[in-house]
This record gives sequence, structure tokens and C-alpha cells, in this order.
Amino acid sequence: MNLAEGVQIVSFGLLSVMMIGAALGVVLFSSIVYSAFLLGGVFISIAGLYLLLNADFVSAAQILIYVGAVNVLILFAIMLVNKREDFTPIRNRWIRQGSTGLVCVGLFALLGTMVVRTPWALSSLPHSVESTIVQLGEHFFSDFLLPFELVSVLLLMAMVGAIILARREYIPEEIVSELAQTKALTLQERPRELLTVGTESTKLPVDTNT
Amino acid sequence: MQLQYFLILAAALFCIGIYGLITSRNAVRVLMSIELMLNAVNLNLMGFSNYLDPQEIKGQVFTVFVITIAAAEAAVGLAIVLSIYRNRETVDMEQFNLLKW
Repeated sequence: MNLAEGVQIVSFGLLSVMMIGAALGVVLFSSIVYSAFLLGGVFISIAGLYLLLNADFVSAAQILIYVGAVNVLILFAIMLVNKREDFTPIRNRWIRQGSTGLVCVGLFALLGTMVVRTPWALSSLPHSVESTIVQLGEHFFSDFLLPFELVSVLLLMAMVGAIILARREYIPEEIVSELAQTKALTLQERPRELLTVGTESTKLPVDTNT
Repeated sequence: MQLQYFLILAAALFCIGIYGLITSRNAVRVLMSIELMLNAVNLNLMGFSNYLDPQEIKGQVFTVFVITIAAAEAAVGLAIVLSIYRNRETVDMEQFNLLKW
């Protein structure tokens, strides 16, 4: 990174103020949709900080994965879940919030003093990695090959598990014999409207307390 | 630019994430707070990778792994939230006492 020192400091200040403000907005806003959009702001400013830290590939990956995939997924989940429910108030909730805030401020003070007082063994070597993507690829396919493959398998497992968790559940009914003839590799499910066909009591009693 | 600035910034982001994780009542916001904490860890790793190990950037490798795990966690967590919402008709964290007693 061959920017001047002043430019780096100014951009670091702008990005950090933006990131802290957006993160506070994520936590403190009452509307969940504003929080989701501000989360995208947090991710974008963190990608800018990665650029200041000489990591171009991870910065691009941060924008692609977090802003492009995770944030969109969270927005979709909010749209599917959003019922605009007013939570029932809990007595003395401000005590919980205040004590949590105190603990968090204390933790931040602890971490801050640790960071300031520790003599870090800073490297004096020049930053001579001209393209980080070549270096990252060499690491992935030589000494980090096993974690790389494990992560790919875990990603596949998580995708399959998420699909199975989020789809409609299969409700067994009396047509078991018909279902026994279906092929083995199909996911057996029926549309939920078939439950109410023929029954006069339109809905099954949903027991929400068990 | 110094390493300490980035570390303090990451510590602040981590503490904000912990606060949101404990105090928020919407289940989706809890997942967003977990994402904030994972990003704070990533920022630490990138700072160490740049200032302590600039020749072979192993911190960036770990950052890529953490990003991957965070994406998988977001997918599975949101699927679980959707499933719970379908069964219990609420996303209030105070109502989720399935695993309590």
C-alpha cells in the first residue's frame, strides 16, 4: 500500500467512525429492517479497512460473501418472519440492559489496556507481497489443504441441512400406501392445503405451549 | 498507522456484538450480532497478518476460513429461526423455552 500516511489515517478514521456508528445502529435500532441495512454498512466499511491492511482479495471476498450473500439472506429471513409483533414488556428489563452494558464497557476497557500495554513483536520486514491471491492459493493447496477440504465439505453439509430445516415438514396421513410407491430419492412432502380438505374443523389445534 | 488502532477497533466491535447478543429480543438480531463478533475476530486476524507476518500472510487464510464458516452459520441459523417461527408464531427470544428445563 503506497498511500501517504495522512491519507491512511484520515481514511481509517472515516471508516472506523462509520463502522462503529453502523454497528451501534444494528444493535440499538428498534426496527429490524434498519438494522439489516446498517449491517451491510458495517460489512462494507470492514472491507475498506481490509484494503488499508493490504488485503485486496479478502476485501473483495468480504463484499461478495457478506454484503452479497449473508446480508441478502438475513433480509429474506426478515421478510419471511416479519409479523410486526410487539413484544410483551418484561419488568426491570433496564436492569439487564444496564448490567450488560457495564460488563461490555468493562470488557472493552480490559481489552484496550491489554492491547496498549502489550509489546507487540512487530515485523520489520517490508511489505513485499505483490499479489496476495497467489500467496493465498499456495497456502490453500500446500499447507492448509486439509482445512480447505474440510471447509468445503462443511459448507455442503450446511447447505443441505439448511434446506432440510427450512422446508415444510412432512405430515403423514392415511395415504401411506401411495407414498410407499414413490421413488426413493424424492423428498416426500405434500402441500399443506391438503390437510384441510374434507375436514370440517378447518385447523388442527396447534399446541403452542408444549 | 499502528497495529493498536485496529485491535482497539476490533475490541469495540466485539463488545457491541456481545451487547446485542445478550440484550436483543428478536432472534434475527441475535444472528446479526453473532456476525458482528465474527467480523471483529476477522479484523484482528487481518491486523496481525499485516503487521506481524507480512511475508507469508497466514492470517488472511484463517480469515477466509472464518468467512466461510460464518456464511454456513448464517444459513443454518436462519433456517432454524424460520422453523421455530413456523412452529411457535413468534421470534421473541423470551418465548423460546424449548431447551430450558
